[in-house]
Amino acid sequence: MSENRRSVLIVGGSSDIGRAIARRYAQEGWDIVLTARDPGALAADAADLQVRSGSAPQTMFLDLLDTQSFPTFLQSLKGLPDTAICVAGQLGEHTAMETDLAAAQANLRTNFEGPALLLLLLADGFAKRGSGTLIGISSVAGDRGRASNYIYGSSKAGFSQFLSGLRARLRRKGVHVATVKPGFVRTAMTSGMKLPPLLTAEPHEVADAVFARGQNGGASVIYVRRIWQLIMFIIRALPEPLFVRLGL
Amino acid sequence: MTELSGWGRYPRHDSTVMEMRRGADIATASALSGAIARGAGRAYGDAAIGESVTFDMRRLDRLLGFDEATGLLTAEAGVLLADIIATFLPRGFFPLVVPGTKFVSVGGMIAANVHGKNHHRDGGFGDHVVSLKLALPSGDVLHCSDESNTELFNATIGGMGLTGTILEASFRMQRIETGWVVQRNQAAPNLAAALDLLSRADQCTYSVAWIDCLAQGRDLGRSLIFTAEHASLKDIEADVGRTPFPVRRKSALSVPLPSPVNLVNRHAVGLLNRTYFKRGQALAGRAILNDCDSYFFPLDGIGNWNLLYGRRGFLQHQAVLPSATAAPALEEMLDVFSKRATPSFLAVLKRLGPTRGTLSFPMEGVTLALDLPVTPEVFGLLDEIDRIVVKAGGRLYLAKDARQKRDTFERGYDRLDAFRALRATMGTTGKLQSRQSLRLGL
Repeated sequence: MSENRRSVLIVGGSSDIGRAIARRYAQEGWDIVLTARDPGALAADAADLQVRSGSAPQTMFLDLLDTQSFPTFLQSLKGLPDTAICVAGQLGEHTAMETDLAAAQANLRTNFEGPALLLLLLADGFAKRGSGTLIGISSVAGDRGRASNYIYGSSKAGFSQFLSGLRARLRRKGVHVATVKPGFVRTAMTSGMKLPPLLTAEPHEVADAVFARGQNGGASVIYVRRIWQLIMFIIRALPEPLFVRLGL
Repeated sequence: MTELSGWGRYPRHDSTVMEMRRGADIATASALSGAIARGAGRAYGDAAIGESVTFDMRRLDRLLGFDEATGLLTAEAGVLLADIIATFLPRGFFPLVVPGTKFVSVGGMIAANVHGKNHHRDGGFGDHVVSLKLALPSGDVLHCSDESNTELFNATIGGMGLTGTILEASFRMQRIETGWVVQRNQAAPNLAAALDLLSRADQCTYSVAWIDCLAQGRDLGRSLIFTAEHASLKDIEADVGRTPFPVRRKSALSVPLPSPVNLVNRHAVGLLNRTYFKRGQALAGRAILNDCDSYFFPLDGIGNWNLLYGRRGFLQHQAVLPSATAAPALEEMLDVFSKRATPSFLAVLKRLGPTRGTLSFPMEGVTLALDLPVTPEVFGLLDEIDRIVVKAGGRLYLAKDARQKRDTFERGYDRLDAFRALRATMGTTGKLQSRQSLRLGL
């Protein structure tokens, strides 16, 4: 990577949020590395980033379920990135996952195990270097277990707690860790759902929050639309017997 | 099902919205019947509401390639003009044709073959499209240009999305030295003077007239004519501290919710028009520097201005009249509007030239565009206006239309038979169907 240009690794670069984040960093003159399970699908996005920023992003294959491949993957990068952002995630069909254990397992591993292990490896490198930013896209669904999505929710709860601990570990090492909780976002993941407009962010709003608040602002936990912070504060404060009865 | 409407918020129809994320998505969806693509939703009426399915193209927003040497840009259909300008204006490139708002998509600009203030010289947006990729209901994706599938190419420019779904397009942009224009204003006391000044402004790159549609009698058709040229570095050098490319401001003004009543009424507009004309008269003759945004997209400064018209929405009426019959026909139309309607503050008069496209709106002549709030009386009044337009050999702009009668449409578009025949050949008849095409038997 060229002198003086900073670089960002975006894991899950073909998602709507991943695309928006890549565009935002490209706009700011960063070098971009995108990963996907099907890097061929990133061709149009790579062309887009090149037209906008003048430099071509690198697209790489990475499967978050193949945790064995992580060390090789990191070695194949042209140097350690300045920032790594884990966007990859899977909502899953909750009702189906309640009885399909393999599907539930894949969901838990995609949202928690894979991202956590990859960030552990990156954290080591970042700590040794003494600089960098690690950003995890978690979810408000991880703030409380709900009947309608507790499998996905618990994977995100695990990821949020992981990021919180990692932040505490790295705070004196010059490495910043940010947890982003987007709330509803109008993406492929939520396509077809009826979402309340005031609570629903566009992918570019998530990208703006990641860059302005996570990257440059140094915030720890970021609710993209700030109303979600209040909503989740109230939901977390409800006593369990009341919460389960509300069926939220 | 989602309730959809155009920018005028009239009419409204339910349609199943399908989001397209990649070009390949359309192939799986193309077998559906009664579908139409929708970009930014800036057509005023029912052109981008599918009979049963509407393809939301906004996520196809990638810039795919740019050649600095030729200014040729390739973009997916959902890319917004605002995005193109924000990306390329600072690099010294500007599209050859821009409509009155920059919140339109590439696909929409081609489908409506939009025109700008330079149509008399440079034609429509479609005249600068070099090639495009079109998805057909058969699942085939065709490359269309002057060399291949030419008939289909010509019908797609201005074809309202009815010849296939535009996936991406390559079009030329022009080099500019600055993001400013040198603007000159002139005042015309009546219609004859306005038409005369406009035809003399044919040598200018950009020209457009604001017309006071409430002025009557000897003031009928009084107008302000705004001409402009892109400013060179030399033009702005006298102005110390002016940067070649204006800093983008975020629009501060926005209409938050539909107004409970229509705020665009005769008293408000009459007062505004008199003041505006007087001020324009006082400023006439001087050359002023204006930034591209303010000159080309004056209304974009007010977010959601369409909500000012209240819940019932509004109609835009835009007609073009051939040069030979324009003057008497416009006089007749203005007479009806000024006496019996409540036209908006923003009414526009402009010269158009020839353009490409089997179903394209522009023709050599003069176009008049104005907004009217939806009221029970307005439909009958516009039918009357349409009779004047048809008699004069004119026609209405489909991107604005929400209510014209099939007869008005059929008598205005002389190459309609060829367009319908091509639809049948390509297998898009009935498959690609908007509420508008259904209404007009397209």
